[in-house]
Amino acid sequence: MSARFAQAWPSIAALLAAVLISGSVVALSGGSPVLAFSALLRGAFGSVDGFSETLVRTCPLLLCGLAIAISFQTGVWNIGAEGQLLMGALTTAWAGSRLALPGGVGIPVILIGAAASGALWAAIAATLKVRRNVNEVISTIMLNFIALGLIGFLVQGPLMEAGGRYPQTDAILPALRLPRFAPPLRVHGGLALAVLAVAVVQVLLYRTVAGYEMRAAGLNPAAARLAGIDVARRVFWALVASGAFAGIAGGIEVSAVTYRLYEQFSPGYGFTAIAVGLLGRLRPGGVALAALLFGALEAGSNAMQREAGVSSVLVSIIQATVILFLVAAEHGRWLPKRPAASEEG
Amino acid sequence: MDLVTALLTSTVTMAVPLLLAALGELIAERAGIINVGLEGMMLTGAFVAMVAAYFSGSPEFGVWAGGVAGMALAAIFGFAVVAQNANQVVAGVALNLLASGITGVAYRAVFGVTGAALTIKTVNPIPIPLLCQMPIVGAAVFNQTFLGYLAFALVPATAFLISGTVPGLQLRMVGENPYAATAQGVSVKRLRMLAVLACGMLAGLGGSYLAVVYARTFVEGMSAGRGFIALAIVIFGRWSPRGVLGAALLFGFATALQFHFQALALTIPYQFFLMLPYAVTLVALAISAGETRAPAALAQPYLQE
Repeated sequence: MSARFAQAWPSIAALLAAVLISGSVVALSGGSPVLAFSALLRGAFGSVDGFSETLVRTCPLLLCGLAIAISFQTGVWNIGAEGQLLMGALTTAWAGSRLALPGGVGIPVILIGAAASGALWAAIAATLKVRRNVNEVISTIMLNFIALGLIGFLVQGPLMEAGGRYPQTDAILPALRLPRFAPPLRVHGGLALAVLAVAVVQVLLYRTVAGYEMRAAGLNPAAARLAGIDVARRVFWALVASGAFAGIAGGIEVSAVTYRLYEQFSPGYGFTAIAVGLLGRLRPGGVALAALLFGALEAGSNAMQREAGVSSVLVSIIQATVILFLVAAEHGRWLPKRPAASEEG
Repeated sequence: MDLVTALLTSTVTMAVPLLLAALGELIAERAGIINVGLEGMMLTGAFVAMVAAYFSGSPEFGVWAGGVAGMALAAIFGFAVVAQNANQVVAGVALNLLASGITGVAYRAVFGVTGAALTIKTVNPIPIPLLCQMPIVGAAVFNQTFLGYLAFALVPATAFLISGTVPGLQLRMVGENPYAATAQGVSVKRLRMLAVLACGMLAGLGGSYLAVVYARTFVEGMSAGRGFIALAIVIFGRWSPRGVLGAALLFGFATALQFHFQALALTIPYQFFLMLPYAVTLVALAISAGETRAPAALAQPYLQE
């Protein structure tokens, strides 16, 4: 128990710091921190509907947070979860409005398609990294913007809905929509998949040879190489697997929540996921808790804006403080220190 | 104004903020610090420049205030990555979140819920006699604001700084091999911190340009990815000031094309111009990654014994 606590205290301290700093920002801008935070909490947990929205927001954050955990633990800095999520959503939206399949077959098909698209998008950066030694931070950032531009073009052009009223794709077929547990609440079956994913990543990272080698490559690539681990191969597949999880997050979001794709589809889930991953200390269980917390922040922020008049982007300040505190206060003791491939020298 | 002149003028206009931010990033990266938070520093610079210009009535004051704001954000970043050896990429991502949060909350607090589109006075351009009357390039190049001239003057100045002065050589040593630099008696942390602060100042000025000169107002998220384009420009320009100038003009041109693509009767969707800088950078990296020499210690913390 106490060992568990010793592991968790930096995260708890980071959260306290975040509440303090964001509270001061609210106070400085003439608002009431107490009113803002109570409105936020009530919005996220105060009603069945609010809690359902919290869980809806948790789902993509959890899956993208796992994507971050996989890549960061391997020492690969995947900043491209956002783009990979968008590519997954694109495939699901495209196939979902065309594949006249029964749900039992069709839903797995469109979600596997989403995972494959995210993985392929990440594979561009992975290939560039292991073949051409291109820094994955830069390539994944560039790929985010390319995905964004591509989707902007598609939803205003070739994939624009029939009738062409709004820049969005056609709605996916009713048979291909993930079931919601208790309509009209939006909480949906994708959440079960996300929880399953936590178990899968836990087993992958801590119970398989591949996971062991990935973590070894992340902690000390030079030593891992001496131990006979094919670091480049682990780096490549970690980035691809990371992309698959982010891609499926996008697919689920389309199949269960929005039913369509449009330009402002993601409120930056892929970036928030970096905070989620770090706050959860890159461990699947921790990531799940962090995703729930940040899901609540995202869901409660609208209520906060409505009731306390504080802009919902306050949540970004909380996220930023959490990240900065965690990376600055720990001297990188538990984070891989340097990119795995730059060891080649 | 004919099309060529118009296109050239908007190319230069779009290139100036990119150039300012990219020169800042160049200085930081030459010292071994990759600053992914450039976007946030530009956004904060734009916001503070607009607020300062609005309340003081002086656009020049606003411009410098934006630069100082970028530097303030850089101080936070520098504390995390230089003093505390935090992961530079992750800290940079956090900085962007922080900037969008702070500017969003503050904008609402200062200008109210509606966020009425306020316009501010702008900095007057200073035409250079005779030169500004040159055909084609005259109006585009020799009729800048002081910030525009500053940006272009900083290209040779930065080149001289990093290759012709002792502090510049030390800066590069710190970026290539901080441990060797320490052995030479160079203070790695001090130089890296100074480089980060300079980078923040320039990125902030780039943001000021967006708010005070280009848009004459502030819109949430108005940096619109320019910080990331500047990041790409440094790589595309191969970490040299002259290369950065060329890349900034090229990417400025790609952005400018968007505004004129109707006049140019182009049938290519405008989103492709939005994607162009990123795609070009990716391709350039793929082709030349083997040869381009990033500073050897880029993104690596300096861990003292």
